[in-house]
Amino acid sequence: MSFRIISKGFFSKRMFSVLPTRFYATKKYTASHEWIEVENGVGTVGITDHAQSALGDVVYVETPEPGTEIEIEGQVGAVESVKAASDLYSPVSGEIIEANALLATKPKLINQSPEKDGWLFKIKLSDETELDQLLDEAKYNELVGEESE
Amino acid sequence: MFQRNKILSLNRSLSRLYSSKADTLQRTSLYDLHLKNGAKMASFAGWSMPLFYKDMSALDSHIHTRKHCSLFDVSHMLQFKISGPDRIKFIENLIVSDVKELPTGSGTLSLFLNKNGGIEDDLIVTNHADFLYVVSNAGCAEKDWNHVTSSLKSFTEAGGNAKVEKIVDCSLVAIQGPESSKILQSLTKTDLSKMSFMSSQFMDLNGVSAHVARSGYTGEDGFEVSINSEKVNDFVSNLLKNDNVKLAGLAPRDSLRIEAGLCLYGHDIDQTTTPLEAGLTWTIGKRRKQEGGFIGSDIVLEQIASKGGSRRRVGFVVQGAPAREGALIFNSDGTEQIGIITSGVPSPSLGTNIAMGYVNKGLNKKGTQVKIKVRNRMQDAEIVKMPFIQSNYYKP
Repeated sequence: MSFRIISKGFFSKRMFSVLPTRFYATKKYTASHEWIEVENGVGTVGITDHAQSALGDVVYVETPEPGTEIEIEGQVGAVESVKAASDLYSPVSGEIIEANALLATKPKLINQSPEKDGWLFKIKLSDETELDQLLDEAKYNELVGEESE
Repeated sequence: MFQRNKILSLNRSLSRLYSSKADTLQRTSLYDLHLKNGAKMASFAGWSMPLFYKDMSALDSHIHTRKHCSLFDVSHMLQFKISGPDRIKFIENLIVSDVKELPTGSGTLSLFLNKNGGIEDDLIVTNHADFLYVVSNAGCAEKDWNHVTSSLKSFTEAGGNAKVEKIVDCSLVAIQGPESSKILQSLTKTDLSKMSFMSSQFMDLNGVSAHVARSGYTGEDGFEVSINSEKVNDFVSNLLKNDNVKLAGLAPRDSLRIEAGLCLYGHDIDQTTTPLEAGLTWTIGKRRKQEGGFIGSDIVLEQIASKGGSRRRVGFVVQGAPAREGALIFNSDGTEQIGIITSGVPSPSLGTNIAMGYVNKGLNKKGTQVKIKVRNRMQDAEIVKMPFIQSNYYKP
């Protein structure tokens, strides 16, 4: 619980200073339903709200070890619900610098807050131009709309 | 994240469903009711079936079934009748059970075997006063029906007198969970407290005659109701008026049956597994074990006598990530593969990962420590007794 309060304060402070310029501009999506939010060369990665709702109750999350070097679209872990196991792929290349430790005991954070408290890992990007290949919000929503039709 | 998983195939089946090819999937009489209740449909054995419903996740639905009562549309399953004076002789050639000694109104799990003793399908056969009632898997429906009708042809040519009839005008609804009896009792004057698990009878349900079997696939008390398809929507809608009754789909059905240690054909048993290997020798009647006389009996009885076969089906509790179908099982130091997982799920009731699979004969003792490989990680697991949860089958 204490973590949440800290993280909330942390978040809102940043929102104030960064929001108008880079905050929105650097959130991108993959066709395999990950999101990445990049700031100062470091990307925070999670799965989208659409993905968590399709999966149902998440019961187990496997996150990558900090220090791991990963290639774009490399497998970096998995998210499991009662009905399915879903492999997790990195949207970009780089070095894993942190994994969300809370998910080990609270995998349901992915359902409750997929695009915020339920983030999966942070990665130091080795090539920021890779972001250009990813989907923006409008394109991602278009894709999700097609899938659920 | 969905490049290699089942959700993608769910998405695919959804788009298939709504495309012009939708008519290639069969629909049960409850199809519209499922959609109205927000079902996520998926293709299963050529049918469009509900996976789960919008107001309840697979996990919620699982827990609800264990605590209260869920309705499963299982109309995709094959139902048929066998009648005629030689019906028992006919069916006993095809399956392993002692049908002759089955009391009137009682049913049992049974197996169709092939000549090599492999399992072609599992089924429930019920002995009624003047016919046998059989339910077998949707995925094997065509194969089973061809097998039964072609066997009947030879049987008749040899002078046997029996008849088979597919039941096409009735839907099948499973009512499962500890409150099932109380809920179904409100629709009938027949005293359900006198009906033990695996017994069947015809009864009046709100003015409609139905075949009611006290059985199911969840490990809970429950009933499978075979009722005229023109009446089934009213029947289900009526039951749903009770707040403790919820629709449930194939997703919770799978996790429920795994906790109950029950096999799913095509996964935990198939044409290559024998009754001994699958832990299903109990389905072979005592008299049948002595007399044989069913397809595959020579091989199967010899195998039982010599404790043969190469592997055994066992249950596992798995640490770390859930082990699912296809995960490889290794010895405790991880140096040698000793088997493969055939079904696995994070158990909603227990909060641990459970699985079943086959290990080499001799390595199947309860308490044996093994490793199971999940995404290149070796995880600790232990062989445990099944069922994983205590069954709640009713006895008067």
